[in-house]
Amino acid sequence: MIIAERKPLNEIMDMVKDAKRILVLGCRGCVTICSAGGEREVEILASLIRLGKQKAGQEVTTIEATLVRQCDKEYIDSIDQWDGQYDAIVSMACGVGVNFIANLHPMAKVYPGVNTSSFGGSAEQGVWSEQCAGCGNCILHLTGGLCPVARCAKSLMNGPCGGSVDGRCEINKDVPCIWQSIHDKMVRIDNAAGLAAIAPIRDWSTSGHGGPRKTVRNDLTV
Amino acid sequence: MPFTPNIQAFCCHYTSQQTLAEGPEGLLADGFPKSVTIHRLACTGKLEVSTLLKAFEDGADGVYVAGCPADKCHNLMGSQRAAKRVGAIKKALAELGVEPERIAMYHLERGFHPDFVKVAQEMDERITTLGPSPFQGGTK
Ligand code: SF4
Ligand code: SF4
Repeated sequence: MIIAERKPLNEIMDMVKDAKRILVLGCRGCVTICSAGGEREVEILASLIRLGKQKAGQEVTTIEATLVRQCDKEYIDSIDQWDGQYDAIVSMACGVGVNFIANLHPMAKVYPGVNTSSFGGSAEQGVWSEQCAGCGNCILHLTGGLCPVARCAKSLMNGPCGGSVDGRCEINKDVPCIWQSIHDKMVRIDNAAGLAAIAPIRDWSTSGHGGPRKTVRNDLTV
Repeated sequence: MPFTPNIQAFCCHYTSQQTLAEGPEGLLADGFPKSVTIHRLACTGKLEVSTLLKAFEDGADGVYVAGCPADKCHNLMGSQRAAKRVGAIKKALAELGVEPERIAMYHLERGFHPDFVKVAQEMDERITTLGPSPFQGGTK
């Protein structure tokens, strides 16, 4: 899922410094699961915004709401119900939600309430780690299911950089060298030989370097 | 003009048994400050961050939570969870440029204990020194 965390409060307070009526808008998708932008976090952020404004001696009213998703037009349309009732929206969805609101509400001032960081999973309660970078051309079948694009600091395609120590990446000893992990895994599944093949120079155009990516499913379009 | 703080205390059932047994007069006789209003909860682990923030919005100058000793919580992890939430609010208060000491977590023995009165006095003293909450006026 998409992992995010709340932006520093002073950044948010600065975004909304001229707003007197703020719609704080959560999302019930990924950001609810990683406890960044669900209903509970909306309640907390709205309260903190009010306290920040009170401290500055400014008036503010907040509307607290949480949409099923902010990455679908249908759900974004439901923002219409608050038309005329807010000066700014603080979206606590991932960046997709903020973009969708900006796309569909050309006059709305919409601000990000969270930093969208990665695609990851819950390693343990309260800890999430990046697993995939959404590169658009998955090579996990060649690497024992472990991703060097997302999990190697240098996104190397042909084995380790030589900087790892005791199986740990040179950027940080808390990070496993994913190429060490890939090697160990390939030995365990009896496919170490597979690593001998040289991966060709990679075409990164699917990875965002070819411009914004678009997925069209003709079987689903109407 | 002397400042009488408004302090909201959130205590679990176990750490605040004294309040029931002694009643308000008994507590006052023990030296429990008038500035502190007690809210009793089944467990501090159930406390939401938003509930504590609401106390500030409603005019509290200081807020504290009193739960069981961290390793002896009646509900195992309740008071540890509460401590984490208090920590999150301390961080948020600092981000807003407000003294984090305006909120505190105390881990207290269960039942009758002089510490129950002591921490209330400590908060009363601390908040009196800090002065009124910088969050003034304004409602939702
Ligand atoms: S190879 Fe690309 S798509 Fe596959 S896991 Fe890694 S980043 Fe994600
Ligand atoms: S030590 Fe391993 S994970 Fe770190 S950059 Fe080098 S190859 Fe990549």
